[in-house]
Amino acid sequence: MTATTVTSSRSKSSASLSHRLAERGVSARLLLLAPAVVFGVALFVYPFLYGLGLTFQPLPATQDTFGGGLFANYLAFFRDSFTFDSVWITMRLALPVALFNVLISIPIAFKLRNKFRGKRNLQALLVLPITLGTVLTAQGLLIFAGRQGWLNRFLIEIGLIDQPLQLVNNYWGVVFSLVISGFPFAYLLISSYLSGIDPSLEAAAKTLGANWKQRFLRITLPLLAPGLATTFILTFVLAFSVFPSARLVGDATGETRVLALMAYRSFAEQLDYAMASTIAIMMGVVELIVIAIVFLGRSFLYKGSTGGKG
Amino acid sequence: MSNTTAAAPAAVAESPKTVNAARRSGLPPGEKSLVASPGTWFVWAGIAAFFIFLFGIVLSVLVDSLGKPWFNTWLPENFTTSWYQQAWTRFNLTHIMGVTLLVAFTVIIVSVIIGVPASYVLARTSFPGKNLVLVLFLLPILIPPITFGIPLATVMYNFGLGRTVLAVILVNLVPSVPFVIITMTPFIEQINPAIENAARMCGANTRRIFTRILGPLLVPGILAASILVLVRTVGMFDLTFLVSGPNSDTLVVAIYRAMTAAGGGESRQLISAMGVLYTALMLIILIIALRFINPTQLVAQVKEARED
Repeated sequence: MTATTVTSSRSKSSASLSHRLAERGVSARLLLLAPAVVFGVALFVYPFLYGLGLTFQPLPATQDTFGGGLFANYLAFFRDSFTFDSVWITMRLALPVALFNVLISIPIAFKLRNKFRGKRNLQALLVLPITLGTVLTAQGLLIFAGRQGWLNRFLIEIGLIDQPLQLVNNYWGVVFSLVISGFPFAYLLISSYLSGIDPSLEAAAKTLGANWKQRFLRITLPLLAPGLATTFILTFVLAFSVFPSARLVGDATGETRVLALMAYRSFAEQLDYAMASTIAIMMGVVELIVIAIVFLGRSFLYKGSTGGKG
Repeated sequence: MSNTTAAAPAAVAESPKTVNAARRSGLPPGEKSLVASPGTWFVWAGIAAFFIFLFGIVLSVLVDSLGKPWFNTWLPENFTTSWYQQAWTRFNLTHIMGVTLLVAFTVIIVSVIIGVPASYVLARTSFPGKNLVLVLFLLPILIPPITFGIPLATVMYNFGLGRTVLAVILVNLVPSVPFVIITMTPFIEQINPAIENAARMCGANTRRIFTRILGPLLVPGILAASILVLVRTVGMFDLTFLVSGPNSDTLVVAIYRAMTAAGGGESRQLISAMGVLYTALMLIILIIALRFINPTQLVAQVKEARED
């Protein structure tokens, strides 16, 4: 409503200008975008810039220890090995998990591409872990894979191991919880990318005598690769920002002392908001570097229609 | 699980796909190899392993929440529901559930109202600075919640909003609005603009187009986006945890606080009982959701493999 009235009132005064603007896409329609933009600026950009400003206002204690004036927080981040090591700890956790989730999803998505009875139920079951949430997955893993849990009990009963395996409260606990929450997500994404590829392309290759290996390597994989890159990024983001499970099923002071935990510790336990913002922002920077590398690689891949949306 | 495996070949045998499958394995049309290929075994083994873990996790929490006591046996000695009653009164779950649902539904309504018009503009027009706007909406999804959550929480505390329900709602909106925009844009793109143009030529203004044309067509998309936002908001831990307090904890945060409570924490069964309630809540949402949407449809339009 407002859109039309604004356009008509403006067109009286400077018809040509508004017309020319409208041709470039600037019309009163853009007002519909305004609430979202205002919202994004107020609740995302402003706090972010505020946090960025905070990082240059280090506490006197940080300045005394690390020097560097305004940049004391950043010096602290890079020089304090206790903090900086958590970058590697986070990477060591997030990269393998994201890679695993993507690689394991490809064959499964392929196999389950065709119609079969119960497919919808199976997909519904695969969405189930999303409903569990990190906290419940953590609680379940502690009980199921704990020393007294069913998993260890079963492995001992069948004689595979003598001593219960330590599967929780360490690196593996967090890996399990990340795979359980990340795999269904990766699978759903990849299978939807796969269903976006026009099956007639593969059919055409088949009539030309390509076997399944050639069809996969020459047709499907190149078309799927951009989708794989996106899926990798999204699962990496999930794994990289792991926080509650790192504390609950991980070893929060050792192997799984991830960046999110360090940031939270500064925020809530040491009340050092400047340092907390610094760690938080550096966490974003590290993640964006990884994403940028993947996107750079993706730009060499096929771009364009996968023929599926036609 | 094995149920589906057994059912799968039978289903294939009846469908026209048989011809395909048979040709692939070099058998005459109408016959199908009885021995599954190694690839098939690998896939089903992977899925089976995943589900063993998944069901193990869910069942052990469920059994734990019903058992009394359960230490080093396969199953608890006795079963009881008293943990649920204890958990409900001890953690004041009536209040927590109320907060959780209040936050979730407020977030859905606000993010749909803000997000859908924006995604309409993004789907239909290109304008200078569009990429900048897209980046603004993509960043809250791509950046780890902690990264913007900590500055955001600091701002909230500065405004005196810390530990209030309003703050919990506001921080949850930050990823939800872009999420609605990102999921709705493809939905709107696939609606033929000719319908809108026809309506416009017949004299409909933008509001009428929204209420009479786009609205009805977008209902499935809006439902899908809302349900995803609901799941995300109920499950959102990081952001809520940073700003919530005893009176504004959602269920996940309450469980986390109980698990990490100082001095040994609460007894495990109480937490399991809360966890089961949480899963039940999510399952109800999910079952409703799956009546409306196909899970893979959320990302792109699904095209079932064509039967050639």
